[in-house]
Amino acid sequence: MSSIRRVVVTGIGAITPLGKTAPAYWEGLRSGTSGAAPITRFNAEKFKTRFACEVKDYNMTDYFDRKQGPKMDMFTQFGVIASDEAIADAGLLAEGGNIDKDRVGVIWGSGIGGLRSLQEECFQFERGDGTPRYSPFFIPRMIADSASGNISIKNGFRGPNFVTTSACASSNDAIIAAFNNIRLGLADVVVTGGSEAAITESGVGGFNALKAMSERNDDPASASRPYDKDRDGFVLGEGAGAIILEEYEHAKARGAKIYCEMIGGGMSSDAYHITAPDPSGSGVVLVMRNALRDAGIQPEDVDYINTHGTSTPLGDGAEIKAIETVFGEAAKKLNISSTKSMTGHLLGGAGGVEAVACILAMQHNIVPPTINLHTPDPEINQELNFTPNVAQEREVNVAMSNTFGFGGHNTSVIFRKLAE
Amino acid sequence: MSEIAEKVKAIIIDKLGVEASEVTPEASFTNDLGADSLDTVELIMEFEKEFNVSIPDDQAENIGTVGQAISYLEEHAK
Repeated sequence: MSSIRRVVVTGIGAITPLGKTAPAYWEGLRSGTSGAAPITRFNAEKFKTRFACEVKDYNMTDYFDRKQGPKMDMFTQFGVIASDEAIADAGLLAEGGNIDKDRVGVIWGSGIGGLRSLQEECFQFERGDGTPRYSPFFIPRMIADSASGNISIKNGFRGPNFVTTSACASSNDAIIAAFNNIRLGLADVVVTGGSEAAITESGVGGFNALKAMSERNDDPASASRPYDKDRDGFVLGEGAGAIILEEYEHAKARGAKIYCEMIGGGMSSDAYHITAPDPSGSGVVLVMRNALRDAGIQPEDVDYINTHGTSTPLGDGAEIKAIETVFGEAAKKLNISSTKSMTGHLLGGAGGVEAVACILAMQHNIVPPTINLHTPDPEINQELNFTPNVAQEREVNVAMSNTFGFGGHNTSVIFRKLAE
Repeated sequence: MSEIAEKVKAIIIDKLGVEASEVTPEASFTNDLGADSLDTVELIMEFEKEFNVSIPDDQAENIGTVGQAISYLEEHAK
């Protein structure tokens, strides 16, 4: 693999339930804050779940003008906001930067796309007399690829451009596709990550029907509790995470700040059930092995795993069993945490914000915690270090981030501190 | 100014993100107010919803300025 081009991270951005910039997000993670609260985006009075992890105090007009903003669904707005932060952080458009925009791609992830826009247009048609009065912006607002389209239009990036959709694995698939495009020489820089904004009637109602979401309405902040015996489902989140992946020599030549190197990506499928995880965890074993092989490292080289860990009864246990299988004795030396305990589950945006969490964990040598872990589940091996409730200081040289999606999609990405 | 004219102006200000002072009777949606072809379709749609009318495509093509929109709607609004 040595002849393949190396890929580094040169910028990050995030808009999350814990804060609307990457530094604010990190402060929330480090301090173990829950982003969950009663739903404000619609009247959830009659819903089984009446809370979620919303991006707090979000005003479209803080970021977009009155004409452009409403032409984008909220998931696209989040994507543009997070990618703007990452692009500025990387200095990609700095004056005199002289970037060849034909060699800059945008590969984004979204599991659902513009659910809110779809829902609003359908509601409106239903309320009318049958005369079709659909907005000409309805389709471009709804389609999932409008996120990567808008990010490229705003910045003039003319390289590879598409959106990956694999439910909650979407962002990691985007990051892996970005990594491969750079490794193969198809682009020098790719803006990647993902976003979601599905806290709507149809989003909450749909996930409730699947019995996938926590219904702990009396205490939202403690509802997302991966690995805890009393977990009862995931908490829906929203937002976006963006990273700038860049070919190593390209980044060095322009004197870019380098956070870390991306060294591997793995993908696999459960081939088992459309929504349930395979309890044997075999697809998850396969994906982590694929990622480690791609990275050319051994299990004992990994310091931290940011797990998928959504706080569902079945999924959490299967992933941990898979970690024990892949890592053996080394599993006990790992730090493991599910930051979904704080952010909720951003679905197709999860891999984006969790990659940012891994990158910042390496930068600060601090592992963000799994909060709400008070009653360990006896079915889950508690000899492992789940980084319960409080962040832990630790030299993090290598971090792995797992995300899995409905459909049986498994993805795993690996970052490492830059070694010359 | 008529009530219809007031409503038309308000829709244009909202949808095109322009200032009230720019919305003169002579102002062209595309040449003066920054609308592209999709913005124009949306404006017609909003007029139809607000005034409960149906504007056929061949007539919509003749509505290119603020003044043309107001006179069409003053004539056809129910």
